[in-house]
Amino acid sequence: MWTFFHRLASPPHIYRLAATFAPWLLFPGLVLVAYGTFVGLFVAPTDYQQGDAFRIIYVHVPAAYLSMMAYMIMAVGGGIGLIWRIKLAHTVGAAAAPLGAAFTLLALLTGSIWGRPMWGTWWEWGDPRLTSELILLFLYFGYMALRAAIDDTLKADKACAVLALVGVVNVVIVHYSVEWWSSLHQGQTLLRKGGPAMDPAMLYPLLAMILGFTLIFGALLLRRVRTEVLYRERRTRWVREMIMAGQGGK
Amino acid sequence: MGNYGAYVWTCFALALAVLVYSDWSARVRHKRVYRDIEVRIKALEERE
Amino acid sequence: MSDNEAQQPAILAGLIAVIRRDLLLAWKRPGDVLNPLFFFAMVCTLFPLAVGPGATQLMFIGPGVLWVAALLATLLSLNSLFMSDYEDGSLEQLLVSPQPLPVLVLGKTIAHWLCSGVPLVLVSPLLAATYRMPTDVIGVMMLTLTLGTVCLSLLGSIGAALTVGLNRGTALLSLLILPLAMPVLLLGANTVSLAADNEMYSTGIWALGAYAVAALSLSPYATAAALRISNE
Repeated sequence: MWTFFHRLASPPHIYRLAATFAPWLLFPGLVLVAYGTFVGLFVAPTDYQQGDAFRIIYVHVPAAYLSMMAYMIMAVGGGIGLIWRIKLAHTVGAAAAPLGAAFTLLALLTGSIWGRPMWGTWWEWGDPRLTSELILLFLYFGYMALRAAIDDTLKADKACAVLALVGVVNVVIVHYSVEWWSSLHQGQTLLRKGGPAMDPAMLYPLLAMILGFTLIFGALLLRRVRTEVLYRERRTRWVREMIMAGQGGK
Repeated sequence: MGNYGAYVWTCFALALAVLVYSDWSARVRHKRVYRDIEVRIKALEERE
Repeated sequence: MSDNEAQQPAILAGLIAVIRRDLLLAWKRPGDVLNPLFFFAMVCTLFPLAVGPGATQLMFIGPGVLWVAALLATLLSLNSLFMSDYEDGSLEQLLVSPQPLPVLVLGKTIAHWLCSGVPLVLVSPLLAATYRMPTDVIGVMMLTLTLGTVCLSLLGSIGAALTVGLNRGTALLSLLILPLAMPVLLLGANTVSLAADNEMYSTGIWALGAYAVAALSLSPYATAAALRISNE
């Protein structure tokens, strides 16, 4: 049984498996997103409080959820890589960072656009989630900048792992401190996005979108892990043989 | 879409853009890495 | 039993030795202490110039401006936390010495706080007075700055350890520390604002204190790990 895992962790295997599995995540993900988009936009009933603007939830929530999940992957991957010295864990973390940053940006933009008709402003500093999400974006930038600044791959992996782990604790603290801060200034209304308990007709497309986006994220992550593995192993024999044989492209 | 059409459609368009860009940039990066390695290996082969 | 007793003095002695050494070095290079202090004063001077000298406005922005200025000045001073030791090789000595690295790191951070945080706190009343801050509020502000600079020195040391020896480390350091410093800033500045409005502000003080204690117990380990990684 352990040989299975050992083989699984070997880079040439990962390289091949990632290519094999990616479509299996991508296509169901696209189907779910298509279903969720159609139903969410045209079939779900209009919200009594927010009108049709609430439909933004169908992209905002998946984006926000993924922005946090990607960060957890980075932090957990970094932790596993540090403690058990498993290189693949570091590789996955490195691959997840740009994706996570992209989804964080999407969450911020859609959140801001949603805020305009709801709060009358493009940005609301008093909202704990928006502000925490912004700090999360800075965490991503810091992680990517640190990785780019350190030349040695292993050193960069370890340094970024420490940064990611420290950041996890920090995101929680930031969220609660902003919540305290905004509770001081009672003037701002914290609108609960999505309104009261969700009508199932609104909920199902949302779940579909969340799941679909996650599957697509998984496929994109596998692709990036594949590239990352190729880059890190560029001087090894198996890569040389594979390229000489003209295989393993794309 | 009530009066909020522009907002909603923009958000969905942004989401689509992010997904497409992520996919495209992943492909481009992979191609570039592959090509760089290929060039280097071919050069090494020729030297031998 | 006797082994433990032999260990205890060595650890404490190591801590004190590190603090003493850093304080001595800072004494020989007053610039390291004075420059961030001048920066603090300068930033505080810039705001009234930019937004106008109106009294109400100044009183309103006072806590925030002082706190942001303190944060920026601390960021500036954090650059040199490990830099000079890295350059002359003494950092390596720290890494191989028998005392636990977190203890030595704590020593350096304490010395850093004594050289940057404490002067800031001492100078702040003068600048706060220019922002027409009432005396009792100044007291609260000094308390928040004390707790806050402790947090910033501890948390900032993590960033400094991660970026020591990097080429363009300064800007990166700021980027890394900003998310860590943000709750401190939030709590500190708003507690002072609450005090200025005569509202209950003790929550903020307790929260800052709790954050300082947490940072004190956890960050030396993170900084030590980061130092080992940066110096492999």
